[in-house]
Amino acid sequence: MNTAALADLCYRMADDELILAHRHSEWTGLGPILEEDIAFSSIAQDKLGHAQALYAIMHAHCGEPEPDVAAFMRNAEQMRCSHFVELPIGEYDFSLVRHFLFDAAEYVRWTALVESSVEPLAKLARKIHGELKYHLYHAQTWMVQLGAKGNEESHARMQSALREAWPYALGMFEPGNHEQALIDEGISIGEVATQERWIATVTELLASSTLEVPSSTEAHLGGRKGYHTDHLQPLLDEMTEVYRIDPSAEW
Amino acid sequence: MATILSLDPRVTRMNLDAEQSAPAEPKPALDQFQTFEVFHQVKTGAHHTHVGCVHAPSPELALLLAKEQYGRRGQTTNLWVVNTRDVVTMAAEDADVFATTPEKKYRDVGAYMVRDKVDAFKKQMNEGTTE
Repeated sequence: MNTAALADLCYRMADDELILAHRHSEWTGLGPILEEDIAFSSIAQDKLGHAQALYAIMHAHCGEPEPDVAAFMRNAEQMRCSHFVELPIGEYDFSLVRHFLFDAAEYVRWTALVESSVEPLAKLARKIHGELKYHLYHAQTWMVQLGAKGNEESHARMQSALREAWPYALGMFEPGNHEQALIDEGISIGEVATQERWIATVTELLASSTLEVPSSTEAHLGGRKGYHTDHLQPLLDEMTEVYRIDPSAEW
Repeated sequence: MATILSLDPRVTRMNLDAEQSAPAEPKPALDQFQTFEVFHQVKTGAHHTHVGCVHAPSPELALLLAKEQYGRRGQTTNLWVVNTRDVVTMAAEDADVFATTPEKKYRDVGAYMVRDKVDAFKKQMNEGTTE
């Protein structure tokens, strides 16, 4: 098994899940209605669970640190998340659009990973398929509600958030340093193919929301190489504050 | 400008004016979502059981939100949601139509004095099969 390539893929995926889970959790207690607050918080918990499972795979198969250490003891330059997940939560329109674009990508990525040559990854992909289906269903239901079934203001806000989010969303598909090895060894289908499937999926779903797919092809890159927005380090400081007081503590 | 310093960093980050005391605008009447009654099914073939309600702007959103409110713990195979307005109900003051029902013990299975007959029948059947 090419452990360097596997770790490269898993860090990109896990760091995205971890950071977006934290961003989503910032809505806990502040969500627009009680039921949605609980639903969004549950989705954040699911994402944290996916990150933990990926860190555990790297710990077991790639000689990487334990999940807690991997999640909480790295600084911004060591993170491999995309700029998309680092952005502040903004208003709920932006958070919903990010949730939609991210989870559509998650859905196509993990659906392909069911066929991965790395059995622990394929097994995890099969296990969480239902969760991913629900996350996309949750996002899509809101996109239709606020796009096709809402009013002029809700439609305009969703379209505007979509335009703002789009170049960052394209940054999710920035490849890592072992892209060809990942494809050649059947570990993943690669970022180009993942992006193609994602475009097809969001184009179809956005049509039912009467929202336009932005035409911009500009992508915010750098996250997969350790170059991040200024939003990441403050998030890490806040997220890891308690853990770093005493990393050896038993919780 | 003095801003609100909260133990919750998310609130502190909002830079809310600590002095500001403008009253919130009054809400227009009936600006809230409708309610939908939620029915939960534990396993295939079991009855859907009423478990509570959710606020939602549409049946689709109600079903979506019911998933987390009532299906996030334990086992679930299916959920129903029904607009509360579509539930036909008796008037509370008509509860007296049931006032005498508890007295009608002859409608309860337990009220039938047939145990001795059942036992006799079973005994007869057993003797029949052993012969």
